[in-house]
Amino acid sequence: MNSSGDNQTAGLFTSEASANHRRRRMVKDTLTRYAVGVGGISVIIAIVLIFFYLLFVVLPLFQSADVEKRASYGVPGTAQDETLYLAMEEQAEIGVRFTTSGKAVFFDLTNGKFILDERLPIPEGVSITSFAKGQMDQGIIALGLSNGQALVLRHIYRVTYPNDKRQITPQIKYPLGEAPVEIISDEVALTQIAFQSNEEQTTFAVATDDGRLFLSAFIAEESMFDDTPELEQFTTELELSDSPILRILMDQDHQNLYVVDQNNTLTYFDISDAESPEKHYQINISDDGRNVSSIEFLTGTISLIVGYEDGLLAQWFPVRDATDQKVMIRIRDFDHQQASGNPITSIASEFDRKGFLVADSQGRVGIYHSTAERNLAVTELSANPIKHLAIAPRANWMLAEEESGQLQLWHIHNDHPEISWKSLWGKVWYESYPEPDYIWQSSSASNDHEPKLSLVPLSFGTLKAAFYAMLLAAPLAILGAIFTAYFMAPKMRNVVKPSIEIMEALPTVILGFLAGLWLAPLIETHLPGTFSILLLMPIGILLCAWGWCQLPRSVRHVIPDGWEAMLLIPLVIFVGWGSLAMSPTLEAMLFDGNMRYWMSEEMGIGFDQRNSIIVGLAMGFAVIPTIFSIAEDAIYGVPRHLSQGSLALGATPWQTMIFVVLLTASPGIFSALMIGMGRAVGETMIVLMATGNTAVMDFSIFEGMRTLSANISVEMPEAEVDSTHYRVLFLAALVLFLFTFFFNTIAEIVRQRLRKKYSTL
Amino acid sequence: MSVNNTKVGWFRSGTPWVWMSASAVSISLVMVFGLLILIAARGLGYFWPADLVAMDYTERDGTEIRVMGEQRETSLVPLERLLDAGFHLEGHQGDVERHLLKIGNRDLYGIDFRSVIEPGVKNRTTPEGVIAIERREWGNFYGFLNEVKEAGNVIAEGDAAHAALVTRLERALILHDEIKHIEKIEIGAINYQLERLRLKQRKLELNNAFDAQHEQEIAAERAEEEKRYEVLQKKLMDLYDQMNRDSLTAVSVDGRQVEVNLAKVVRIFYPNEMTVGDKLQHYFMKVWEFLSDEPREANTEGGIFPAIFGTVLMVILMAILVTPFGVVAAIYLREYATQGPVTRVIRIAVNNLAGVPSVVYGVFGLGFFVYFLGGNIDALFFPEAGPAPTFGTPGILWSSLTLAILTLPVVIVATEEGLSRIPLAVREGSLALGATKAETLWRIVIPMASPALMTGLILAVARAAGEVAPLMLVGVVKLAPSMPLDGNFPFLHLDRKFMHLGFHIYDVGFQSPNVEAARPLVYATALLLVLVIVILNLAAIHIRNRLREKYQSV
Repeated sequence: MNSSGDNQTAGLFTSEASANHRRRRMVKDTLTRYAVGVGGISVIIAIVLIFFYLLFVVLPLFQSADVEKRASYGVPGTAQDETLYLAMEEQAEIGVRFTTSGKAVFFDLTNGKFILDERLPIPEGVSITSFAKGQMDQGIIALGLSNGQALVLRHIYRVTYPNDKRQITPQIKYPLGEAPVEIISDEVALTQIAFQSNEEQTTFAVATDDGRLFLSAFIAEESMFDDTPELEQFTTELELSDSPILRILMDQDHQNLYVVDQNNTLTYFDISDAESPEKHYQINISDDGRNVSSIEFLTGTISLIVGYEDGLLAQWFPVRDATDQKVMIRIRDFDHQQASGNPITSIASEFDRKGFLVADSQGRVGIYHSTAERNLAVTELSANPIKHLAIAPRANWMLAEEESGQLQLWHIHNDHPEISWKSLWGKVWYESYPEPDYIWQSSSASNDHEPKLSLVPLSFGTLKAAFYAMLLAAPLAILGAIFTAYFMAPKMRNVVKPSIEIMEALPTVILGFLAGLWLAPLIETHLPGTFSILLLMPIGILLCAWGWCQLPRSVRHVIPDGWEAMLLIPLVIFVGWGSLAMSPTLEAMLFDGNMRYWMSEEMGIGFDQRNSIIVGLAMGFAVIPTIFSIAEDAIYGVPRHLSQGSLALGATPWQTMIFVVLLTASPGIFSALMIGMGRAVGETMIVLMATGNTAVMDFSIFEGMRTLSANISVEMPEAEVDSTHYRVLFLAALVLFLFTFFFNTIAEIVRQRLRKKYSTL
Repeated sequence: MSVNNTKVGWFRSGTPWVWMSASAVSISLVMVFGLLILIAARGLGYFWPADLVAMDYTERDGTEIRVMGEQRETSLVPLERLLDAGFHLEGHQGDVERHLLKIGNRDLYGIDFRSVIEPGVKNRTTPEGVIAIERREWGNFYGFLNEVKEAGNVIAEGDAAHAALVTRLERALILHDEIKHIEKIEIGAINYQLERLRLKQRKLELNNAFDAQHEQEIAAERAEEEKRYEVLQKKLMDLYDQMNRDSLTAVSVDGRQVEVNLAKVVRIFYPNEMTVGDKLQHYFMKVWEFLSDEPREANTEGGIFPAIFGTVLMVILMAILVTPFGVVAAIYLREYATQGPVTRVIRIAVNNLAGVPSVVYGVFGLGFFVYFLGGNIDALFFPEAGPAPTFGTPGILWSSLTLAILTLPVVIVATEEGLSRIPLAVREGSLALGATKAETLWRIVIPMASPALMTGLILAVARAAGEVAPLMLVGVVKLAPSMPLDGNFPFLHLDRKFMHLGFHIYDVGFQSPNVEAARPLVYATALLLVLVIVILNLAAIHIRNRLREKYQSV
């Protein structure tokens, strides 16, 4: 206080200086109040932010596609010419339209302005009668001509940067030369054509006007004299039914040829040997008499998307049957555009995802993803049927031609079509797999790989690891807590509690390291010993207890009650050591010296060195202290008068324990288990180091697992920001977050109730 | 306890169950202390210079070779397993001893370790005059010193070689230190300056302010730095020449000769001639090297100083971040917020966050701090460095922030508990004497709660020091090229990546190409980490116990 030297006490509080001082104090007080309030609330908001940020990253996964019309214009070039094929280049700045009159018209996509047109080198008097796409990312197509010849060409785009501005120049190239190649010598029109082309081989399959089907392969032969390879042609006629052919499709590896005729019969030829193609089977792909109206490969050219005359869509792909024969199987349907009299007119597959666009005769376009079984949008583009549909290589634009000759350009916002509830949590039938399955395989060496993002194997692994950990931790921790809280001498309790706390604080990376590099090999070589510990430990303890009770009182009273745990330590060490020491002998006696070998030969049980036993032990070790501390608190907190009453009525200490104390404390023990479970579920380093991290779904104790958390820490650094993989990993984190938050909240509420109950008892 | 002497009665009384529950405690204790002892024994044993044992050994296929090495581990293997593996052990009974030898000489054998089985061993000796050479590459060399050379000419041979070697090695080591100083510090500083100049120029260019004057200035500065660099470079070349002058030749136990340049030698010693005193001295020297030196040979040799330093710095930054926020939040919750359902919910939420898996925090840190905050900071403040990220990439700042959020619940809960233990009477007394709430808080409540606050902070630090999973996402690397704290302005580089003890254990133990050789080092690292964490926890427990006693008397 400011002493002014005045003797008047009143002055002390009324002088101006003191008034100022008081005001300052009040201001400080208010400021503190606000500062603390703002600080406290912002910390709480920051905590809430974690949840919302995870959700914010995850949500786009489940958004459907947005489409937006950007432009509409009449077809560039001569409007009378029929369009054969529409395509766009990578940046979606330039489009190209091939016409039946043999022209390639390049135009500006944004406004339909004509850029360039090129007359294709088609001989005089010959017309284009058919058309086929090759590999889409190559921009390669083939035209079947009316004279039995075919022309192969690529539309490619050169990107240059004059004056730091991007300029794209379209070009047409002819990989097999400007002159059309002769498929068959007869001058007959090619009504249908399919082809694939790569460096070594170009293969055509053609149907002729007179109803014949030919396979013709041009195989490059290294020439002895100069560098230009010589092409050798093999042409074979394929056996065929009478009905006219609707479509021929050839896969990009020149292995499989599918011919669909107008009776909806699909005929499969194995053409891996181009000189002697083999017909394998025929099946009817019509659906209850529905006719096929359109058919297209998905990217990768394994699956077929079949559009029917009533707007139904079906995905078919070959699956190996029991006799190891590949058979076309109808995998899944999409009925989102189904309506009577509404045939599918055009199907456009995405270039690098298993998605596709579908146009129908009512002017609607649907966006789908095959494996996710997802329809992302159905949009009505116009009232007229849509004749042609093209998708940009990055799947972000589409170009549709109406029957009226109008072109429409739409922007597609569709970043994560491959994720759906089903693809994350359900069995999915992937291409080349024998049956639907749960698979996590986010990346692989090959480019054509489709990411398989099922969270089920990871969640299964998480729960499996937690289960084995709890199997060890729950009994040990709860029994330990019972003894420590109720029977143990206070002096020993003062040692035990800090020891357990230190156990809790041990970094899990150390536990994981020891589990992976020390425990795993040890257990592998001492398997029989490990199992005999399980058997011998309880027997040893009971014998020891019985023996101790038989000792004369004078000996027993040397060590007072409550120190049993100390007495047992040498026994535990001895049994543990003894079991391991006799392990080789046991192994030699019972398992011919090698239990692992014996197990796999006699029992058919596989064995990983880093398996669930190791995880159970290491993670159990990490979870014991968590469960122990909370359970011990709960048991210790049971009011003494309850147990004393029970003892007074003649119950033994153990009876009191079980029927009075444990019963009262059971909610606390439940919450201890919940929190322990939460910790086991989220633990990362131990499972990362002590398991093989393979995403298998197998409950065997001798196999490893891959958990959500370990998966995140392995894959997150490699995931591209904002990619589907990245968001799915965030989803995995969110699942972990929600899971632990849920269990912890239950546990916390139960504990608070219990505390209230104790205070009223 | 009444003991019935009939078996049934004994069982019914529940006594066996009491013993069973006691055994759970014993098993837990055996596990904890067994683990600590295991780590300690393996970690401390690593530094001891064991005798080198030479022996004649008959291989599986019958060929006889001479091997020499440190005997590291011995285990018993069932005879059947060895017979299956193709050993000829006819006439043997029972289990067979198998030893793991560290034979060194990776340049000759391709491996550091091999195992031998006892029946194949003959003529085991600890030969005199065995030299162990710690090298900067190819690991240790074990063999016999032959001659010392200077510029290719033999200077000393046989017995005289040792004396010549000692003085020359000393010289080479001094040169090595000098070179290291120049390369790491002086040239490092020049590179840093050059990079700064590049960024300065780029920034000016981006602002369209790069004119002739600036150009001149920057060019002048750059020329100066380059001149300094050239001088240093010349000096370095000179030093390298000098350092590479001497070499030694030695013969391995199977008679192969090796020439080792002294520039590649860290130290030499004669383990078989060392007394216990010598060995102790060597032991502590190795411990010191382990604590203070940088790692060699892909982290499998040398020290772990950068990892210790990185861990400590990260934890300090985290403590600086977490303390004020944690304490303010706790004070708000306990002293200012109206106690009602809302605060109850918040309290439960905060409590639960302590149970959220740490890797989730890592994911949040990577997404929010690194990509979102860091990316925006880069776009706003460091456009000149683009497209290389400055803060938009994992680094020590984001690591400590992530761990601060992770440990926030620990601090809040501990502080709140401390606040709640302060008797209401104390607070009311202060208020009754006319103090404002802020003054009561500042002068009375916080000082009284400070031990609790300390406990929370220590627990938070202990948790942060041992946490690895989130750090793997937000900033830790296996080998950081430069420390986050150095002599270049502004000294503390928050954007840099760092090394961490826990991650070091994971990386060296699991990602290292030579796991066998690295394992002892991992044990030593684990021991260090455990020691730090156990000490921190014991401190926290101690403070908490004192605190409880103190308030029992209030």
